[in-house]
Amino acid sequence: MGKGVGLPGLGCRKIEAVFADSQAKAEVGLSEADRLISQEKVVALFGAYNSAVTASASQAAERAGIPFFNAESSSPSLIARGFKWFFRTTADDRNFAENQFQFLKEVQAKKGTSFTKVALLHENTLFGTDTAKYQTEFAPKYGYQIVTDVAYDAKSTNLDGEVQKVKSSGAELILPAGYVADATLTMQTLKKLEVTPSGLLAMNAGYIEADFVKALQKDAEAVLSRDVWSLDLAQQKPMINDINKLYQAKSAGKDLDGNSSRSFTGFLVLADALNRAGSTDPEAIRKALTQTDIPGNQLIMPWAGVHFDAQGQNKDAIGLIVQIQQSKFRIVWPPNLASAEVIWPFPKWAGR
Amino acid sequence: MLQSLASGLMTGLVYALISVGLSLVYGLMDIVNFAHGEFLMLGMFTAFWCYNLLGIEPLLSWPIASAAIALVGILTYYLVVQRVIRGSLLAQIFATFGLALFLRNGAQALWSPDYRSASSIAKGNKLSFLGINLGWPEIVAGVGAAIAFTALYLFMKRTSYGAAIQATAEDREAAALMGINTNRVFAVGWGLAGACVGLAGALLMASYPAYPEAGVQFALIAYVAVALGGFGSVLGALVGGVLIGLVEVMAGSVVPEYKLVIVFSLYLLIVLVRPKGLLGAY
Repeated sequence: MGKGVGLPGLGCRKIEAVFADSQAKAEVGLSEADRLISQEKVVALFGAYNSAVTASASQAAERAGIPFFNAESSSPSLIARGFKWFFRTTADDRNFAENQFQFLKEVQAKKGTSFTKVALLHENTLFGTDTAKYQTEFAPKYGYQIVTDVAYDAKSTNLDGEVQKVKSSGAELILPAGYVADATLTMQTLKKLEVTPSGLLAMNAGYIEADFVKALQKDAEAVLSRDVWSLDLAQQKPMINDINKLYQAKSAGKDLDGNSSRSFTGFLVLADALNRAGSTDPEAIRKALTQTDIPGNQLIMPWAGVHFDAQGQNKDAIGLIVQIQQSKFRIVWPPNLASAEVIWPFPKWAGR
Repeated sequence: MLQSLASGLMTGLVYALISVGLSLVYGLMDIVNFAHGEFLMLGMFTAFWCYNLLGIEPLLSWPIASAAIALVGILTYYLVVQRVIRGSLLAQIFATFGLALFLRNGAQALWSPDYRSASSIAKGNKLSFLGINLGWPEIVAGVGAAIAFTALYLFMKRTSYGAAIQATAEDREAAALMGINTNRVFAVGWGLAGACVGLAGALLMASYPAYPEAGVQFALIAYVAVALGGFGSVLGALVGGVLIGLVEVMAGSVVPEYKLVIVFSLYLLIVLVRPKGLLGAY
């Protein structure tokens, strides 16, 4: 792998990617997966982003005995199903929820604050609901109190009511989980209704997208989020800069982010497995996947490596906490990977 | 509470503006335009490209967006609807539904599914009074919608062409006998519908991103607003839109997970009690 063209293990044949759009809908994901398997005769499926879509599309793969490789969906329930043909490289929301509280504990100790009242504000599909579930599980263990749990439709055109509810709950910290359009709307509504949390710690997805920062400019400053990757890792892994340049060339100048970096990494892991399988037989590919052994220094991710456990989960994946500072994502946790000092508490809207 | 009312009112006015075009077309020719949401999406994209390529402030590009989508409406009439107007109901439904899919996927092919935001000078600024906070984009959208609505209403009720449209809506054959060129009236109706929704699209660009599926959520609300207010009634669209806006925001502050359930339950209740809708004539 690396030199030359194509996969050496398969006689230098090239991978052909057949694309299908799930439109972020679970039922479309399932029907597209079925179509790819039965009509396009793909040897493996790669996707999706939304956990809800991955959950249903992977069922088609499990039925058909085709490997389903997931790089970005973070719902823990995907692995808990115990599917034989499902593999995932990214860590999941249960780990991330705990990471969030570990970070809160450390940052409050460091900055001398003691906020305990938390509001959960999340979109209502699998991703948001599971996030809220795990945050509710870990909050009391770390001494935090969930004062309100607000679920909303990610496609909402208006979030005034939801934000009102958060405001009237007396929450000091807001832990949101949403996709990019509703995340942007949430921030705009928070500003409009003059709700200034002492800390805003999001769960990835919309809050770490380049479009989110672009739309909000200064209003995105000091937003914290669980993330899986940051361009700042280039300080420790210089190859990230080269790969980012390759990406920028194809993405009209956008930088890699947590989502694109995981897609990229995941696809290469799958390609590596296809290469080692030396055949397009599904069982051979599946076996090769279980034997994946990639060390951390070959990855642009902050993981210790890629090694799948018995359930198909990459046990070496970890999360990061980043903060938007001057429109850039800076790593603020864990301490050994931090690239900037955290801004805490969340600054007021006026005067930004 | 007051905040929810104010915000709901502004939102409702925009819903009303989006819905009135749908109501107008149905009243005129008994055809539900399933591509209405896509017209809105195109209006938003027109405003976005004016901003992106010409640097025009989104809240001021409404004449261009309005004119552009009025043209889209008229073209839709002549190229698509005119051919199915004498066909079966199913043919009419499929025609505009097919158009919706074509426009949605065309937009995705041309402009990618990425979310496109425009930066308005009004964005991020707000007006605060009596404990209420309203964003300026929201206020301009709501007030703009109200003005456009008034203009449309006056046009329909006070001008002779408006009377011609109403006459055609009431009885197509009789209007033709009176010398009204019904074909042209239909085209104008579609043009007006497009103009309203194009205007709404431009106003929305100050607050929302444009993307190929952007029209879907608003269109859903438009169908409900029109059915609730009464198909064919301009005032009905206003009442329906504002009612939904108010209920949605107020319910959102109490039971956000169920706010749409409450909106649709209200709709169901009204339609069960009064099938024509609150102000419906047909």
